[in-house]
Amino acid sequence: MWLPSYATGAERVGRFAVLAFVIAVLVFLVAPFFVVVPLSFSKEAFFTLPVKEYSLRWYDDFFGNVRWIAALRNSVIAAVATTILATVLGTSAALGLARPDFPYRRVVMSVMLSPMIVPIVIVAVGSYLFFGDLGLVNTKPGLVLAHTALSLPFVVVTVAATLSTYDTNLTRAGLSLGAPALSVFLRVTLPAIAPGVISGALFAFAVSFDEVVVALFITSAEQRTLPVQMFSGIRDQVNPTIMAAATVLLALSILLFVVTTWLGRRAR
Amino acid sequence: MSRALARAVRRSARPARWAAFMLGAPALLFLAITFVTPLVALLSTAVANPEVRQVLPRTVVALARWDGKAVPDEPVFAALAADLKIANDAKTAALVGKRLNYEMPGMRSKMLAAARMVAAAETGPYKPMFLDKDDAWNDLATWQVIARNTRGWTLYYLLTAVDMAQTPDGAIVRGDPEESIFLLLLARTLWISALVTIGTVVLGFPVAYAISIAPPSAARVMLLFVLLPLWTSLLVRTTAWVVLLQTDGIINDIIVATGLSAERLQLIFSRFGTVTAMVHIQLPFTILPIYSVMRGIPATQIRAARSLGAPAFSAFWRVYAPQTIPGVVAGGLITFILSLGYYITPALVGGPTDQMISNFISTYVNRDLNWGLASALGVVLLAVTLAIYGAFLRIVGPERMRFG
Repeated sequence: MWLPSYATGAERVGRFAVLAFVIAVLVFLVAPFFVVVPLSFSKEAFFTLPVKEYSLRWYDDFFGNVRWIAALRNSVIAAVATTILATVLGTSAALGLARPDFPYRRVVMSVMLSPMIVPIVIVAVGSYLFFGDLGLVNTKPGLVLAHTALSLPFVVVTVAATLSTYDTNLTRAGLSLGAPALSVFLRVTLPAIAPGVISGALFAFAVSFDEVVVALFITSAEQRTLPVQMFSGIRDQVNPTIMAAATVLLALSILLFVVTTWLGRRAR
Repeated sequence: MSRALARAVRRSARPARWAAFMLGAPALLFLAITFVTPLVALLSTAVANPEVRQVLPRTVVALARWDGKAVPDEPVFAALAADLKIANDAKTAALVGKRLNYEMPGMRSKMLAAARMVAAAETGPYKPMFLDKDDAWNDLATWQVIARNTRGWTLYYLLTAVDMAQTPDGAIVRGDPEESIFLLLLARTLWISALVTIGTVVLGFPVAYAISIAPPSAARVMLLFVLLPLWTSLLVRTTAWVVLLQTDGIINDIIVATGLSAERLQLIFSRFGTVTAMVHIQLPFTILPIYSVMRGIPATQIRAARSLGAPAFSAFWRVYAPQTIPGVVAGGLITFILSLGYYITPALVGGPTDQMISNFISTYVNRDLNWGLASALGVVLLAVTLAIYGAFLRIVGPERMRFG
């Protein structure tokens, strides 16, 4: 497979071994999904595979429980607000950074990306200390501000990647024909980079929707998000309802992934 | 170009620079407030020292005139007594006792006992009363430690975070070996990160290679297998590993069924489990940079090497492999940096000896309410992370940070 015609017998064996190894690693990468999803549909309360009898009882548990639903709602609200804020700020920053005249670009880029790098517990403790002084601890706006900082780099990186293929002559043409800068942006640039902006927005949504540690530190029971509810549950004891919650999260990730992949292909 | 012309060129470029900068300014300002300021708050908490100043304000004033050479005289004791009377009523004596206890074991109970004593006493002189109550008050070291903490800042937490301590007379020495756990903790964090990095490179390199040489349709499917986990919640993946690794879990079922081991193995709450789950989570981060470098290496080079008579392995090893190094370095460094800050996975999959710095920070905040030590450990972790991030930026550059 995928070998030149002059390959020797030993080479074919070697290639076969590499391929088997690669397939094993790829299976390892997706294996957990084949554990979480079937178990969430199991009728039994303990984790045995293969599942003998299927049922939706854990989903009944999930969707019928006020705590899980409240957590799901909190997560969606925080993630939507984060997405809007991060997309606007991040797209603007990426547009600026894409210009050749941006001063100290490397430094600014390194700072913009640092929320991806700084250990999350440090961000959580620092946010608790600082937001506490501002009265933002145990509030939704506090959570949204912290999540926006964490998702910003993902928007900047994604939009910047799309902008690198954008032909700036289009902007110049628009401006030279007398259109105001804002309408050039809205009617020329934005439609051209829309796939990148939407991918960035979805990334921001995913970052906020999955974030556990900062939410754990700076929110109380009232703003508790879905991942925090899951985390506390796993710490006590993993029960099948957590598997149902994990499957809900998983379904959402796959949806976001499919949409961004589709957008990525369209952009090309 | 003449200097005047150069200046004119620069001046004419200024509006464009401003326009570009203004587009980035809102995001920068936002990060400065919501991200950088919390880190500054962490730094300042690591050296903050408010307890003595808050609870013993009169003692602070009285000790300002103390020469530090002998146990102070009655005025200082009287000031301490006045402060402790108030502290006893306000129940704040424990606060300052707990703080001094960090540097001088036993101070908490002595402070509380002294507070109760002065609350019951009508008038002084207080010095004999204190000396009679406990020998510690007649010890110069006690007063040196109290005097040291009348300042608004302290090195105590930062020193403790690197297993150092300060003697009562101010010399910086190695900490008590019994309590010197933090350098070991740092070493463990670095070691686990290194294991995860090696694991992802060993597993990821062949995958990246296969994707880069596969026909487009197969490559797309393989890439899907790599990207999908990247989009999946870290918590969901960790949960899956909790289930997989359980003693009565699926992996143990397979091990027993295939006869690899007669008994069920302790996989969860172990180093093996922690590293396996972390390798799984970090694998895409390592694979993608390697793959993007491999994609740029022309296939014709291997063919040229082969046609010149190189055996398959040496064509790969001497022509192809050296060119992949930038990708391996980029992917490996990203994974190493991100591994340093892991919290969720060691907390759920690791045992007591697999907990990393982040887990200790969380424990000091949530269980011990020791914000100073938690922040100081945060400073150490932040310093190590930023140092490696700096190396990454120098070697690889910020452009390589790309996901998806």
